[in-house]
Amino acid sequence: MHEAAIAQGVLELAIRTSLQNGGGRINRIKLRLGEFRGVVREALEFSFEVVKRGTLADQAELEVETVKLRVVCAQCGECECSPRDYNFFCPTCGDPLQIIAGREMQLEYVDLE
Amino acid sequence: MCQVKVETNILEFNDDLATHNRQYFREQGLFVVNFMSAPGAGKTSVLEQTIQRLKTDYRLGVIEGDLMTTIDADRISALGVPAHQITTGTICHLDARMVHNALHSFPVNDLDVLFIENVGNLVCPVEFDLGEDMRVMVYSTVEGAEKPKKYPMMFHESTAVLLNKVDLIPYAGVSLDELQRNVREVSPATTIFPLSCRTGEGIDEWIVWLKAQIKTRQREAHRFPRTPLHTHSHHHVHQHVHQHVN
Repeated sequence: MHEAAIAQGVLELAIRTSLQNGGGRINRIKLRLGEFRGVVREALEFSFEVVKRGTLADQAELEVETVKLRVVCAQCGECECSPRDYNFFCPTCGDPLQIIAGREMQLEYVDLE
Repeated sequence: MCQVKVETNILEFNDDLATHNRQYFREQGLFVVNFMSAPGAGKTSVLEQTIQRLKTDYRLGVIEGDLMTTIDADRISALGVPAHQITTGTICHLDARMVHNALHSFPVNDLDVLFIENVGNLVCPVEFDLGEDMRVMVYSTVEGAEKPKKYPMMFHESTAVLLNKVDLIPYAGVSLDELQRNVREVSPATTIFPLSCRTGEGIDEWIVWLKAQIKTRQREAHRFPRTPLHTHSHHHVHQHVHQHVN
C-alpha cells in the first residue's frame, strides 16, 4: 500500500500550492496518472480520503485522469495505442518500442476557494 | 475561486531527496545498486555470493530494508562487510528519506560500492527512487514464467534481472526459455542472468558484468573528479523536507 505515501505527497503538494496562493480551501485536485506505473487508482483515492481529514483539503475532490500506455517505434514509425501483452518489441520490424505516454505521475492543477 | 496550475510530479517529495542522495553518492565516488524482488526470491543470497567475490577488490557496504528483524544485516555482517538494517515497520518499500536518514548513522564515505537491499515486494519499491546508479531485480524462476507479464513494472525498470534458483527448474515445471522471453519482451534493454546461488551456476557471468559496470563508473568519476565535500547540504535538505511535512 505505497499509495498512502503517494496520497500524502499529493496532499502536501496541494497544500503548499494553496499556501503560496493565499491559503484558501482546496476544492479539487486534478492528477494525471499513467497506467504503466505501479499505482492503483482506487487505493490512491481511498488513501487520499484518509489523509485529507482536518487539512485545507478536507472537502477536496480528487480527480484522477488515467493516461493510457502508448508506444512508438523509432525505426519504422509504426505507432500503436498500447503494446499487446506488454511486449515492447515492434510487431512490424522487431525493434524495441519507446514509451511516449503512460508513465505520468503529475498533479495538474488545484482549484482553490 | 481560482484554478492554480501545478504540473508537478507527485513523487517530488521523494525524488528531490533521491537527487540529493545521488549527488552525495557521486561526491563520495560511490557506486550504488538497489536490489529489488518479491520476498524470498533470494536477494540476500545474491548479495552473499556477490560480496564474497568482490570484497577483496572493493570496499563494500550494505543497507538492508525489511519490515522486521535484523536477520539480513546479521547475515551480511557475518561476511565482514558493514551492514545497516532499516526496519520499516509496516511500510512496503524503502524511500529516499529512509536511506538519507540511514546515512546519518551509517558512514559510506570510505566505500567503493553500496548495495541497498529493498523490502521484499514485487510492486511498491519500483516507484521510489533512492538515488541509486542502477536497479537490479532478483526473480525466483519457481515463481513461474508468466509473472513478468503480470507485474511488468519492476522488470521494465531494472538494468539487470537475475533469474535465481535455476537448479529448481526441473522440479517446478517452469520453462526457462518462456520466462526469459517474457522478461525480454517486457524490458528489451535489460540484461538477463539465469543463475543459482545454491549451486553457483551463472554467478561468474553476473560478477563479470557487475565489475564492468563498477569500472565504467570509476572511469567516469576519474574523468570528472569529485567536487569538495559539502556536508552542510545534507543538513539543509533535511530541514527543508521537514518543512514540507509541517
